[in-house]
Amino acid sequence: MTDEIATRDAYGSALLELGKKNKKVVALDADLGDSTRSLKFGEEFPERYFSMGIAEQDMMGAAAGLSVSGKIAYASTFAIFTERAFDFVRNIISRNNLNVKIAGSHVGIGVGMDGKSAQAIEDTSIYRTLPNMVILEPADAIETEKMVFGLADYEGSSYMRLNRNKVPNIHDKHYKFKIGKGEIIREGKDVTIFACGLPLHESLKAAEILKGKIDVCVVNMSSIKPIDEKLIIDQAKKTPHIFTAEDHNIIGGLGSAVAEVITSNHPVFVHRIGVNDQYAESGSPKELYEKYGLSAENIVERIKEVVK
Amino acid sequence: MASEKEILELKQKAKDLRKELLTTIYNVQSGHPGGSLSAIDMMVALYHYRLNIKPKKPHWDDRDRFVLSKGHCSPALYSVLSDRNYFPKSELKNFRKINSLLQGHPELKTPGVDFAGGALGQGICFAVGIALAGKLDKKDYQVVAMIGDGEAQEGAVWEASMAAPHFKLDNMIAILDKNQIQETGKTEDVMDLGDVVAKWKAFGWNVIEINGHDMEACVNALDTAWDNKNGKPTMIISNTLKGKGVSFMELNHNFHGKAPNDEEYKNALEEIDNIDINTFK
Repeated sequence: MTDEIATRDAYGSALLELGKKNKKVVALDADLGDSTRSLKFGEEFPERYFSMGIAEQDMMGAAAGLSVSGKIAYASTFAIFTERAFDFVRNIISRNNLNVKIAGSHVGIGVGMDGKSAQAIEDTSIYRTLPNMVILEPADAIETEKMVFGLADYEGSSYMRLNRNKVPNIHDKHYKFKIGKGEIIREGKDVTIFACGLPLHESLKAAEILKGKIDVCVVNMSSIKPIDEKLIIDQAKKTPHIFTAEDHNIIGGLGSAVAEVITSNHPVFVHRIGVNDQYAESGSPKELYEKYGLSAENIVERIKEVVK
Repeated sequence: MASEKEILELKQKAKDLRKELLTTIYNVQSGHPGGSLSAIDMMVALYHYRLNIKPKKPHWDDRDRFVLSKGHCSPALYSVLSDRNYFPKSELKNFRKINSLLQGHPELKTPGVDFAGGALGQGICFAVGIALAGKLDKKDYQVVAMIGDGEAQEGAVWEASMAAPHFKLDNMIAILDKNQIQETGKTEDVMDLGDVVAKWKAFGWNVIEINGHDMEACVNALDTAWDNKNGKPTMIISNTLKGKGVSFMELNHNFHGKAPNDEEYKNALEEIDNIDINTFK
């Protein structure tokens, strides 16, 4: 059994390593550095780490001010609380395409026990409407690390979705991440599932369950914006059925992004799997995924309903 | 320290730029005269006396930074920037027009603009970040954020007001352009700020209170603020009048965001022409 690592842990480790290599990197957090793991960076580089208190607006504003002063500012908190500073993200960071890398951890209903207040199911959707914003959702520790380093070489604004749930590595250390590129993880000729984050793992399990009956292609769409239009169109032409899977409201997230590309280029039915425009509740991540339709078994059922 | 002669020159400059900024707004029949007129004296003191800047190198690393958080007062900023030759005066006639260098609210593409304002409560937070970077890089520059009194109703202003003393940002100065009026009326009626001197003192700032139309007081306050190196940021409470210099605009919320018509414009220029800079304050 391989080691399972949460993407938030990988974020903290990668930020620390990046900080050792690149002195321009600074990090900010809004008193959740223990949970987002940005504190790892802070312990090693206290002079480059700014604990802004429980004040997300000031954190985003200060991150922007640091970025125009030659710093690469990584600003993290829970995804849900980045939304409190939305106007700052919109009117300072993305409006000027500043070099601020926002990391929102504890995304989706996968948060579990903390319940509705902590479960960000709208973040991708709202940030996707901001010009200049790159939106990423890594599937595992290795991809997270590649993204954290890749973003340092990218001059501009970004938002990254992270989880607290431990997951196995899908990628190996030779994996090359590129903004705007999707990645076929598993080939298949009947169905394509475009997925990201935890639901990518569920999709892979679903594909395995359906093996021999329905041949499922699983695509990692970790770059939600910009999105790999060519890959989406190619798959829409190759496989008769298109699904998306994400831990996010089915409105406005990855599913919408894929559907937008498909309706404009090669119209086919798109079946969106995600949180069905409702707030969830407390519970274990596993129970919540089962109840709200995100588990591998749910995905299998959805595919079977469509592919007779 | 500025000499008496220098002070008089600065006063004359403010008088000239009052006319210029009103002309800028009048020409396009759009913009915010009230807050521009309240802030112009301090902006002249900043750009023509105190800020360490190189207009030919707007991004010079060691420059002092000015953050106009009350971005709607862009006509005042554009006047001082063009006066310092960041861009030609002829650009002023394109203010707020399509394809213009001079957007309704400042944008970073305009030479000399260090902050793209427009959403209130953000500039002072942005200034915290610049000041943190200055400390980290051991730079000597100052960052100055100008906010409005109506703007201070934004909660984020107080987040930054807590952060700046916490991080011992004595390279940061904030100026409260306390012009007493916001869009719908008197600030004290809309949402009273209470005792702003006591508030910012309680937050851990050095606080200086002045008449923001008294050029000598502006200059001295900036000098004092620059010299404060006691580990605290400095707040200059600049008591001003919205619309200062034009009697029918003074303390009149109807001129928050309305351009003067032909007659108002003519009368306004006449009034400003009649300002005696020796006694103006």
